[in-house]
Amino acid sequence: MKELSEHILDITKNSVSAGAGHIDIELTEDEAGWLTIVIRDDGRGMSEEFLANVLDPFTTTRTTRKVGMGLPLYRMTAELTGGELRVESAEGVGTTVTATCHLPHLDCPPMGDLPGTVALLIQGSPDTEFRYRHSTPSGTVELDTRELREVLGEDVSLAEPEVFSWIRDYLNEQEAQL
Amino acid sequence: MKSIEELRAIREKMKQQMGLRNADDNDIRVVVGMATCGIAAGARPVMTAFLEEIEKRGLTNVSVSQTGCIGVCRLEPIVEVFVPGEEKVTYVKMDPSKVATVVEQHLVNRNVVADYTIGAAE
Repeated sequence: MKELSEHILDITKNSVSAGAGHIDIELTEDEAGWLTIVIRDDGRGMSEEFLANVLDPFTTTRTTRKVGMGLPLYRMTAELTGGELRVESAEGVGTTVTATCHLPHLDCPPMGDLPGTVALLIQGSPDTEFRYRHSTPSGTVELDTRELREVLGEDVSLAEPEVFSWIRDYLNEQEAQL
Repeated sequence: MKSIEELRAIREKMKQQMGLRNADDNDIRVVVGMATCGIAAGARPVMTAFLEEIEKRGLTNVSVSQTGCIGVCRLEPIVEVFVPGEEKVTYVKMDPSKVATVVEQHLVNRNVVADYTIGAAE
């Protein structure tokens, strides 16, 4: 992946596939340039056996082939910067994937298009509730799809192109102030 | 600044459009492969370009959705177009610069862009 935000897109899609109703995406940056990315869902979770092997590229739920590269690639990215990846999961409860990356590290990919990524995740799963939170030492950006749904009512889907653009542009403006 | 008021305006606009639309309008579906393979190959800007182009042209009869791995990872980003009553068309190795052409020629004028299809790539 060329951008950290592409990993976020990829891993959050796993939460969607796991049937999550609520997904939290939380990014926290500290003064020293450490970024912690938490993706937490209330999907079906994994068995202990699956969890034990989940970082093995030859473990996957996909049916089109026998390899699953999402988590192994994400772990590689985190570890190349001196960080780490943790996966916690319980069947029937959900899964939390936590990655730490050291942003100033030479091997750390750029964050990339975070607003576009979050907007696409919402567009792609318009019935899932997303809570996005990005905190840096200079401020916090937050978005909760429940608040958008209150404004849009039941008739207008979060999948509409106009709504996608609004979310992306809104987040772009908020992120620019961090 | 983007405001919640703008979102409210979008809602009002969409509600009016819904009133104008015929129930028997044929819906075209555009599906973008967004698994690890697709994302790594650049599916996100392709998906974004489709949404932007469809919004720009005000195509209310087209829906854009995301799916997992379509199965031919080496040809990602892959986009499938479903026009009711016609065979599915699979576009491969897509990039944002090809999207406007597909929207104009295929989604609006109903001519398949043969050069971009899986048949042309294989």
